[in-house]
Amino acid sequence: MPFGNTHNALKMKFTSSEEYPDLSKHNNHMAKVLTPAIYERLRSKQTPSGFTLDDVIQTGVDNPGHPFIMTVGCVAGDEETYEVFKELLDPIIMDRHGGYKPTDKHKTDLNPANLKGGDDLDPNYVLSSRVRTGRSIRGFCLPPHCSRGERRAVEKMSVEALDSLSGDLKGKYYALKNMTDAEQQQLIDDHFLFDKPVSPLLLASGMARDWPDGRGIWHNDTKTFLVWVNEEDHLRVISMQKGGNMKEVFNRFCTGLKKIETLFKEKGTSFMWNEHLGYVLTCPSNLGTGLRAGVHVKIPNMSKHAKFEEVLKRLRLQKRGTGGVDTAAVGGTFDISNADRLGFSEVELVQMVVDGVKLLIEMEKKLEKGQSIDDLMPAQK
Amino acid sequence: MANSFTRILSSKRNVGILSLVGAGSLTAGFLLKREHVTAGANVRRVYPASAEYPDLRKHNNCMASHLTPAIYAKLVDKATPNGYTLDEAIQTGVDNPGHPFIKTVGMVAGDEESYEVFADLLNPVIKERHNGYDPETMTHPTDLDSSKLTSGQFDERYVLSSRVRTGRSIRGLSLPPACTRAERREVERVVVDALAGLKGDLAGKYYSLTNMTEQEQQQLIDDHFLFDKPVSPLLTCSGMARDWPDARGIWHNNTKTFLIWINEEDHTRVISMEKGGNMKRVFDRFCAGLKEVERLIQEKGWEFMWNERLGYILTCPSNLGTGLRAGVHVKLPRLSKDPRFAKILDNLRLQKRGTGGVDTAAVGSTFDISNLDRLGQSEVQLVQTVVDGVNYLIECEKKLEKGQDIKVPPPNRK
Repeated sequence: MPFGNTHNALKMKFTSSEEYPDLSKHNNHMAKVLTPAIYERLRSKQTPSGFTLDDVIQTGVDNPGHPFIMTVGCVAGDEETYEVFKELLDPIIMDRHGGYKPTDKHKTDLNPANLKGGDDLDPNYVLSSRVRTGRSIRGFCLPPHCSRGERRAVEKMSVEALDSLSGDLKGKYYALKNMTDAEQQQLIDDHFLFDKPVSPLLLASGMARDWPDGRGIWHNDTKTFLVWVNEEDHLRVISMQKGGNMKEVFNRFCTGLKKIETLFKEKGTSFMWNEHLGYVLTCPSNLGTGLRAGVHVKIPNMSKHAKFEEVLKRLRLQKRGTGGVDTAAVGGTFDISNADRLGFSEVELVQMVVDGVKLLIEMEKKLEKGQSIDDLMPAQK
Repeated sequence: MANSFTRILSSKRNVGILSLVGAGSLTAGFLLKREHVTAGANVRRVYPASAEYPDLRKHNNCMASHLTPAIYAKLVDKATPNGYTLDEAIQTGVDNPGHPFIKTVGMVAGDEESYEVFADLLNPVIKERHNGYDPETMTHPTDLDSSKLTSGQFDERYVLSSRVRTGRSIRGLSLPPACTRAERREVERVVVDALAGLKGDLAGKYYSLTNMTEQEQQQLIDDHFLFDKPVSPLLTCSGMARDWPDARGIWHNNTKTFLIWINEEDHTRVISMEKGGNMKRVFDRFCAGLKEVERLIQEKGWEFMWNERLGYILTCPSNLGTGLRAGVHVKLPRLSKDPRFAKILDNLRLQKRGTGGVDTAAVGSTFDISNLDRLGQSEVQLVQTVVDGVNYLIECEKKLEKGQDIKVPPPNRK
């Protein structure tokens, strides 16, 4: 439980097998990896802030999963979770991130000049472009575990940093608990407002505690750079605009992130990062870049093609509905984004999206004319 | 006071209990005197209490009414011997500000010792919720002698069904918001073991939620016995739904008149019910069943959480004392439309609910009528209140049928 580390001492009075969770109906990464032996070895441990093994896995125990979708089933409560519980988390990371080994190094590249093209995605097909990631502030516990004082400190620090942004990044913070009705309506109309999570995957981890205390939304005046404070992660950073100029979106993304990082460093903190896991976030699925670059693209013919899934797989892309994860596509318009997070740099992932979406549009055009797309089939990336 | 402690000493579980509570427990009646409860190890804290104090400005629950910054600062460093903290106890009330018309309690207990360690907050909450009952000065009467009940047979042209429910907690094991998986499984084992010893019209069978067959599940649904994973955020925010459905289950006797829920909101919820208006028989079975279950767990060295200040200890402070809700489903088409209905119920110390339970609306003027109070009066007194009250309501209904006028009764006790 959140910062109840004395509570773990109570569990140690029972044997490991008496405490071991029943995972017989479970289908998530945690349930696949956790064994009674691992549980026995790790259950007496805790991170310096008191996060325990049961805290890590509670969401996976409470949410057995879905036969078709493989959820992660565990979260980190602080940066040290990934160290203290590496025996459990390394195999999960390997499974989730395409074989990423405990000895592998992750490359970070936020230099937008390295992106080739991306400013010319056909606006007849690409309706909007977006890049998002998350950042955690070193020295503070993560949303499943933080106290109210810590969460408020994260908010204060983040807002101070964001308030010093200037130029086209200059903007304003809207604390969830102080919002006026007019502000709230505007944020809803802009599709910026985030609500208290309802997904049991998130609730069971404890990250919705004390809602809406310490939560808020910051965005720049042009509404193209947006930061969520204390939702699933300390910070979620989003750059977005209508149309297909992914290059511009990525430019702003990198510039904004680097400016924020500089501001934090001036105040004596930094983002959680290491050369093995890249940027450290709450959910192991978001390690590395934490980056999802995507477009809303109209591909009604391509999406009905028998080879659609195969093409996406080879391009290392994934599809979602335009309402985000777990929604269905509407009228042949899909959200197409990178499937990977860890083991590729930011530039590499955005490049895959840019190149991949270009190809999908080419294929769509061919299908419109009744032509075959066989000669366009890509190799596995 | 010495009695409850010697009961613990005589149980075979005393080693476990004493090691949990610590050396300071060796004084008699330690559970009854706060200053003797040994607090747990220091709670990890980085920020001062003022930086951690919750924002309760939009809140309307009993916890928010009584948690001052001073009380918070005093209690936030403390933990029960099991490691349960103030922040955990109040989390549900912080996360659920409440409703302008309904005042929820806004906190839970994680173990028996919570009521001691956090008494500075819980006592005023209890006082507000239970109409001025002061745990520091008053004692709660327990009386499960159902032979004392009079006039317990209702007119069945009006009363469709009768029911009495309560909860019981197993001393020495943490409560649902805080229990570990092993503790929860131990509660299940202890209770199912005891229930297996019930005989005669109490003999029955246990259905574990994890092992249920499709047919068993359907049968339980048809009988309206199956309980589902809680969805109310009031409950889920307290942590009591963790690890669902591990160690949860339903037991009922063969005649389906005595039913026990295991590890739902409390360790056990005990229900006696039948169609018709024979509240006397329902209460007889209730008391007999409870006493037999208690005897069976005591044979194995266990006992229920109870003390003379708070009566039976349950997860939610609203269920302290008797934890008892005795009620009927009763048809009152004319009375329910009378503008004096609410006042009559109030004076009789009764409350109305829809027939779907709390928070539902009545269907076709059939109401669920039950006692308002839980703590400060005994089981016999509360069931008698319901019996006398419902009989009065039926008399009113009959008078209105004949075109006669009815009277609002004087306020009953409180």
